[in-house]
Amino acid sequence: MSDAQGQSWPAIVARDLVKEYKTAGGVLSSARQRGPAAVDGVSLTVARGETFGLIGPDGAGKTTLTRVLLGLLARTAGESRVFGYDSMTEPYAIRERVGYIAQRFALPADMTVMENLRFFADVQGVGRADQRRRIPELLEFAGLTKFTKLLAGRLSGGMKKKLALACSLIHEPQLVLLDEPTLGIDPVSRREFWSLLGNLRAEKGLTIFVCTPYMDEAERCNRVGLLYNGRLVTCDTPAVIKQAAPGHLLEFTPSDFVPAQRLVAGLAGVLELQTYGMMLHAFVDDPLARRPQIEAALTAQGIFCIGIREIEPRMEEAFISLITREARKGI
Amino acid sequence: MGKRTQRLAALIRKETTQLLRDRRTLTIIMTLPLIELFLFAYAVRLTVDHLPTVVADMSMDPQSRSFVNALVNSNYFDITGYVASQADVVRAIDEGRAKAGLVIPPDFATRVERGNAEALVILDGSDSFSVSSGYSAAVAVGQDRALGLAAEQARRLGIELKITPIVASVQLLYNPSLNDLIFIMPGLVAMLLQILTVLTTAQAVVKEYELGTIEGLLATPARPLELVVGKLAPNMLLMLVNLGFTTLVGVFWFGVPFQGDPWLFAWLSVLFVASGLALGLLVSSIARTQREAQQVSAMISLVSMLLTGFIYPRGPMPAAIRLVGNLIPLTYFIRIARGIITKGIGLSFMWTDAVALVIYGVVILGFAAMTTKKRLG
Ligand SMILES: Nc1ncnc2c1ncn2[C@@H]1O[C@H](COP(=O)(O)OP(=O)(O)O)[C@@H](O)[C@H]1O
Ligand SMILES: [Mg+2]
Repeated sequence: MSDAQGQSWPAIVARDLVKEYKTAGGVLSSARQRGPAAVDGVSLTVARGETFGLIGPDGAGKTTLTRVLLGLLARTAGESRVFGYDSMTEPYAIRERVGYIAQRFALPADMTVMENLRFFADVQGVGRADQRRRIPELLEFAGLTKFTKLLAGRLSGGMKKKLALACSLIHEPQLVLLDEPTLGIDPVSRREFWSLLGNLRAEKGLTIFVCTPYMDEAERCNRVGLLYNGRLVTCDTPAVIKQAAPGHLLEFTPSDFVPAQRLVAGLAGVLELQTYGMMLHAFVDDPLARRPQIEAALTAQGIFCIGIREIEPRMEEAFISLITREARKGI
Repeated sequence: MGKRTQRLAALIRKETTQLLRDRRTLTIIMTLPLIELFLFAYAVRLTVDHLPTVVADMSMDPQSRSFVNALVNSNYFDITGYVASQADVVRAIDEGRAKAGLVIPPDFATRVERGNAEALVILDGSDSFSVSSGYSAAVAVGQDRALGLAAEQARRLGIELKITPIVASVQLLYNPSLNDLIFIMPGLVAMLLQILTVLTTAQAVVKEYELGTIEGLLATPARPLELVVGKLAPNMLLMLVNLGFTTLVGVFWFGVPFQGDPWLFAWLSVLFVASGLALGLLVSSIARTQREAQQVSAMISLVSMLLTGFIYPRGPMPAAIRLVGNLIPLTYFIRIARGIITKGIGLSFMWTDAVALVIYGVVILGFAAMTTKKRLG
């Protein structure tokens, strides 16, 4: 494919994408036996310049989908393209144009920050002149200028992620794929990492594809896809997804959690009940009418109801609601 | 500089940096063959002498005493006690008080006169080195005595026999200590090199999977073959330096004579190390953790020690067992190393072994490169 043709393609296209892992003992059982699909017929498009969040609980298939896009895993069926290049037949064209931070990523720990950057620059074929310009820029950007001689293994968790980001950006890719990039780092580093991503998006028009289980990170994306059991349950802007929650949301903390949960779930007008730490989130058709009814029903059972109020549904509630409905469908 | 060259250079540089930074492993790799060489030179001896020996001399005459003296004078036997019967000799060996026993029957002297005397030498078969050394020494002493007696009888009959050269040639075989090293050095160095090559290669690859650095590498435009070559090239150089250095120490420090062509040895060493690297790569595609890699490598080492001809000659082995030995590069290289270093023979005598190494390396390397590609997932 010519580059001109590639320019007209979106950053990522997947159509009816399926990935099944070979199940253990596949030699003995019939060869045609199909295991549960880790990615089960996903279709999605990520436009250039977009920040796309792939959200889903552990085991949803986010990592699998990302690896298939890069050609690191063979797909079972369907189509997957990055900038128009097929993941299976043209993986190297893809890998020259994207940056990737794997979920269980690790940079060579016994090489220094500088050696790591040089290594990835060379492997990506970045010329010497470009390296002299890019490396100081990226060090500055990641706040690692003072640590060039430090071994990568000695960096803190947050700094390792920043170095990984810097390494993945060394060849000026048009797209980065980040698989749970903020996993296991402290909240401050998380915020810093996202503000770096924000800068990249604003200054370079970088396309970002990020996998995350965190809802607050999902809210930072232009568009979000919810992956559950390998299926794309929904795919839209955060604002639209929040509308997916049914009715209005009442939040309160009952003094006796389990009986209160059972009681409220059965009340008239309660569409859905979610737990949120020690709190209950009840979706109701009419908040003004249902609020006194819930309070009365609980008091009748000797349960106090602390701080009941109506709140705006967030992504989190919308997702749980969508997943619950999806799970019921599955049964 | 093309992008392909730049990638390969970067991969080789990365591997070299990591190799040089792991000082502990590097030290072990470089010193282990030397330590073994020193051990074999100064501490371990394959020919055993001064075997503790008990004697049951039921003849008790000048003939039997002079035979016992001859055994003691050979330096292979030390008399630690006299007992009454053959049963006592066996008990002494069973109880570990002696490694060897000598039983001289009551009619020894008269049978010596008649020319058909027999003495029984009993050896502790649980110690194979004692057996082989003791057996050879006893036979040599026996023959020596027989020749001496024959000469004496002949002299009594007025005939002069020239027997000295025969005796001298028998004794030359039992040149202690340094001769062991001459025999053992080529095999020892080759075996240690194979063990180290297989282990370090397997470790280096498995480590990338275990630490999670592999996914970052695979997601770059680097091709699988480039990753493999980048991984192997520095290890290859290290092992060749190691092999050369250890051989030089063997030759110049311990005086092991190098009979053959050093350049031929160098070229065939390259083949040998390459096939060791390939074997290590294969181990890495079986093992998932560094521990597993160590265990599989240890198994290969054990098989190498037993079946390649390093200790036990391959001739008497059953065909199936020999076939297992054929799967190990050391089998071919041990013949090559002994051939060049000890015997000084040329390629025409061992081209089959050289060809086997080439085929071995190519097949295994191709196979390992194929499996490396498919590893994620
Ligand atoms: N290498 C593998 N072999 C077999 N099954 C796998 C493998 N990796 C992941 N899976 C399964 O595929 C599903 C999706 O996993 P994954 O893509 O890692 O999800 P996520 O990244 O969203 O946590 C899970 O059920 C997981 O158990
Ligand atoms: Mg994952």
